Amino acid sequence: MLAEGAVFTASLSLCAIVLGVFFGLLLCFGLMSKNKSLRFASKVYRSVWRGTPLLVQLLIIFYFLPHAGINLPPLGAAVIALTMNTAAFQAEIYRGGLMTIPNGQIEAARMLGISTFAIRKNILTPQMFRVVLPSLINETISILKNSSLISVIGVTELLRTSQQIVATTYRPFEVYILAALAYLAMTISLAAIGRYFERRLGKGQRAAHVL
Amino acid sequence: MADAEKLALNAAPNGAPIIEVRDLHKRFGSLEVLKGIELEVRPSEVVCIIGPSGSGKSTLLRSMAFLEEYEDGEVLIEGRLLGYRQTPSGRRRDTDRNIDAVRNCIGMVFQQFNLWPHKTTLSNVTEALRVVQKMDRASAEKRAMENLEKVGMRSKAHEYPGQLSGGQQQRVAIARALAKQPRIMFFDEPTSALDPELVGEVLNVMQTLAKEGMTMVIVTHEMGFAARVADRVIFMDQGVVVEQGAPADLFETPRSNRLRQFLETWNERSSGDG
Repeated sequence: MLAEGAVFTASLSLCAIVLGVFFGLLLCFGLMSKNKSLRFASKVYRSVWRGTPLLVQLLIIFYFLPHAGINLPPLGAAVIALTMNTAAFQAEIYRGGLMTIPNGQIEAARMLGISTFAIRKNILTPQMFRVVLPSLINETISILKNSSLISVIGVTELLRTSQQIVATTYRPFEVYILAALAYLAMTISLAAIGRYFERRLGKGQRAAHVL
Repeated sequence: MADAEKLALNAAPNGAPIIEVRDLHKRFGSLEVLKGIELEVRPSEVVCIIGPSGSGKSTLLRSMAFLEEYEDGEVLIEGRLLGYRQTPSGRRRDTDRNIDAVRNCIGMVFQQFNLWPHKTTLSNVTEALRVVQKMDRASAEKRAMENLEKVGMRSKAHEYPGQLSGGQQQRVAIARALAKQPRIMFFDEPTSALDPELVGEVLNVMQTLAKEGMTMVIVTHEMGFAARVADRVIFMDQGVVVEQGAPADLFETPRSNRLRQFLETWNERSSGDG
C-alpha cells in the first residue's frame, strides 16, 4: 500500500515537472521578451507564484475550480497547482542559465538570418539545459517533497497513504519513518540520474571544477 | 571560381556602390560614437577600417549590419535601406523579417568567433543552411564541407569548437559565414582575440577571399595586412572618418596629424615587439 502511494507521488511529481519544463520555458521567454506587456504579465505571474506558499496555492485552486464551473478531481487540482508553481521557479532557473550564454552567439545567428524561434530552440535552449541541470534537479527534488502537501486535499499519495495506514495500525513511528525513507530513496535516485546526465552532457565540454 | 567570373567581378569596382553609408549617427546614451559617417563600397572592393580603440570603427561596422541600431542617417545595402522603412508619419524600425532580407547578402565574422559550442564544426556550418535555406541534410553537409575545405578545416568537421585553437575556430566561423554564399563579408577585428602565431592562418584565408573578388569591409589592427590586401584604407578617430585612400598613400604620406601620430605609435609598438 505504501509502495502504491510512493508510485503515485513519483508519477504525479514527474508529471508536474515535465509540464513545468514546457510552461517554465514559455514563461522564461516571456520574461525576456521584447514585448513590454508580455514581459509585465510574465513578471506578475512569476512573482505571485513564487511569492506565495504552495499549500495556499493548492487550496485556492482546489476550492476555486469548482466555483468556476470546472469539475476536476483533487488529483487534477494537485497537478495544476504543482505545475504552475514549478513553472515560476523553473522560469527563473532558465533565465539565469540563458544569461550565461554570450550575446555574440545570438548576433552570429541573427546575421545568418536564423529566426528568433529557431535561435531559442536550436542554440539557446540546448546550451541552457546543460548549465541549469543541477538547479533543475534541485527543483525536481523540491517538487517531489512538496507534493506531500497535496495530502490535505485528499489525494492518496505517499503521505496520505501513510496517514491512512497509521489510522488503522496505530504505529505512527514505523510508518512515517518508512514514508520518509521512501521519499529519500526517490530523491537520491533523482540526484543520481541528474549526475548521470551531467556527466553525459558535459563530455568533452568542460572539466569538472574542483578546487 | 572560373576565371571569367573572377574577371567579371574584378571589373566591377567602377560600378554602382554595393554599400552606401550616408550621414550616419550613433549615440550610446549621451555619448555620440558616430558623427556623420559617409562611406561607399563598390563590388569586389576590399576596405580596411583602422583607428585607435574607441574611434567608433567597430560600431560603424556593426551599424552597417544593423547589429547596432543607428539613429540618424542611412545604410543602403545593394540600394535597399537597412533597418528602417519609410511610413507617412516618418521612418520606423523595420520588421526583423525585412531586416534579414536586406542583410541576407552579408556574412559577418566576429572578434570572438561566436561559434555555438554545443554543435560540431560541421553543424555550426549547416545550421543556417538547414533552418533558413531549408536545405536537406545531404546537400547542406556537402555545401558545408566545401566551405570547410576552403578554410582548411575539413578534417575537423566532427570536432567541437572547444577542441579547436582560436585560429581554427575563426576559420570555421568564416566557413559558416561563407556557406550562405554572401556577396559581402564584414570582419570585426577578426584576429584581435588570437595568439600572435595564429593570426597568419586567418589572414591567409581572408586574402584568398579578397583575391576571388569578394566585397570585404574589415575592421582591423593588422596594418601589414591592410597595406597588402586593401584597395582602400579608412582611418577613423573620435567618430569621424579622418582620412581615406589607397593604402600606399595613406601609410606613406599621411596628411592629418592624427593619422601620423597613430602610425607612429603603431610603428613603435611593433618594433618594440621585435
